[in-house]
Amino acid sequence: MSIEVRGITKRFGDFVALDDFNVLLPSGQLTALLGPSGGGKSTLLRIIAGLDRADAGSVSIEGVDATGLPAQKRDVGFVFQHYAVFKHLTVAKNVAFGLEIRAHGGLRPPWAAQRRADRARIDRRVAELLELVHLSQFADRLPSQLSGGQRQRMALARALAVEPKVLLLDEPFGALDAKVRKELREWLRRLHDEVHVTTVFVTHDQEEALEVADEIVVINDGRVEQIGTPDRLYDEPANDFVMGFLGDVTRVNGQLVRPHDIDISRVPLLAGAVEGTVARLLRVGFEVRATVLTDDGEEVLVQLTRTHARAVGLEEGVTVWLTPVTGAATVPALPSMRSAG
Amino acid sequence: MVELSTPVRWGLRLLAIGYVFFLIAWPVGLVVKHTFTGGLGVLADTLTDESVAGALRLTAMVATWAVLINLVFGVTISVLLVRYEFPGKRVLSALIDLPLSVSPVVVGLALLLVYNGRTGWFGPTAEGAGLTVIFDSPGMVMATCFVALPLVIREVVPVLVEIGDDQEQAARSLGAGAVQTFRRITLPSIKWAVVYGVVLSLARSLGEFGAVKIVSGNITGRTQTATLLVEAKYQNFQQETAYATSFLLILVSIACLVVVAFLRPRAAR
Repeated sequence: MSIEVRGITKRFGDFVALDDFNVLLPSGQLTALLGPSGGGKSTLLRIIAGLDRADAGSVSIEGVDATGLPAQKRDVGFVFQHYAVFKHLTVAKNVAFGLEIRAHGGLRPPWAAQRRADRARIDRRVAELLELVHLSQFADRLPSQLSGGQRQRMALARALAVEPKVLLLDEPFGALDAKVRKELREWLRRLHDEVHVTTVFVTHDQEEALEVADEIVVINDGRVEQIGTPDRLYDEPANDFVMGFLGDVTRVNGQLVRPHDIDISRVPLLAGAVEGTVARLLRVGFEVRATVLTDDGEEVLVQLTRTHARAVGLEEGVTVWLTPVTGAATVPALPSMRSAG
Repeated sequence: MVELSTPVRWGLRLLAIGYVFFLIAWPVGLVVKHTFTGGLGVLADTLTDESVAGALRLTAMVATWAVLINLVFGVTISVLLVRYEFPGKRVLSALIDLPLSVSPVVVGLALLLVYNGRTGWFGPTAEGAGLTVIFDSPGMVMATCFVALPLVIREVVPVLVEIGDDQEQAARSLGAGAVQTFRRITLPSIKWAVVYGVVLSLARSLGEFGAVKIVSGNITGRTQTATLLVEAKYQNFQQETAYATSFLLILVSIACLVVVAFLRPRAAR
């Protein structure tokens, strides 16, 4: 039981958004589709939801082939980057929308028993959901009276109301400011631990993916670069692209390595250490960034804590020796390194 | 804003006020004045005149049908133009603006060519089936529809573009079908634009003259609308009746404008 995407190809004119794309997203997990803008991740999400149609390939959701199904029959909850709130409906009515559509008594007169029973059930469920997203006191407001973060929480409650088989979020926090974004992603993680619905979210923010997801699918140029847990992706990147996209990289001795994974000392302690001169020191809060020009002509960025830098005795102009720390993730640098943007 | 010197500012105001006064306010005011020169009696006589009452009823009937038809087709075409891609879309969009630029008389003639009962391209077939188009109400409704066609569409299209299809997609993903999505999400979002378009169409339909004159045959008591009656009465030296009927038409237009003025701030919200 899961989302299975097989051989999906999607073109927009000459642009190939997805090229024979295959991925299996396991049930009950929180999966991030991570990649640069225009890499095809949003297109994939919209194809899974049935909002876009693939040129070729198939999608099955929890064992049901959904390739030919329209969006309203796929049983997926979708959360949009710009909330897509129903502007003319109150918060409670927004959340109730999916339930009202599904209610059996919808076409019966207001006094029919079935309809009254539905109404009571929907009201109860809406109250529960508003409680879950901490919007109970805003039930009778219009969306225009809510902040961005509140609107997105409302949109999430609306999507969860119909108890979808999967929840899809397209850059859900992309339109929010940095602080709210951070709060909401922690909240999403906790929410997922409570409701356990299979959740897939699209993001281009590696920190967001690393922090929230159980599993990350790195997508670039319409293809999967790597799939794995956040730890695995960070520690064992499959290639230079994944390494570059998940964090800062620098180049020492023909190897790509993370700037905080470099051992710096003023005496040659280890064999194979690279000799260089500190060209620039920059302090940002607790962190010191040293730019070292090696004798081979490489410009290496080293990150270390302020305490560490002081202990080593780093100053501009001093000679230092650099070695990647043991166990650091390294990837051979290709002659033409692909863009990590 | 650019600061203007006092004389320039007053000059511009005078120009604007003078222009509107001599072009609109004075002539319309004179019609009202002439209506009441003989007291309220003329207006009362006009209203009891069988030919006037008949013409007003006919105008109301033709305008109502034209507005209803334009409402249904206008909203449908707007949704089609904004939400769907199809071959010939740009041609359709251009054709919709045609009634604004073509003289209504030409519209009348064109309809006459297609639907007249003797030599028309489609007319004899229609008459064979028992439907008289030209010199009868169907033709008049058609002519009125034609001239008022763009008004609903040109109001609704920008609003549809502005609201985007996010909300509709959200409704779909929540299980709503096409009809439910339209009724519960799209229609409430465009409703003020629709009302605005309907009011404009109504005003335009009530005042239509050229196209209707040609297709109606202007038969007194049968196919003579209020505007045609005004012309006929005026030429028949029954100026009082012509002025009084004009006054009633002005009254309806003002009512339309008032409705629009009340709606505009709501639509902007």
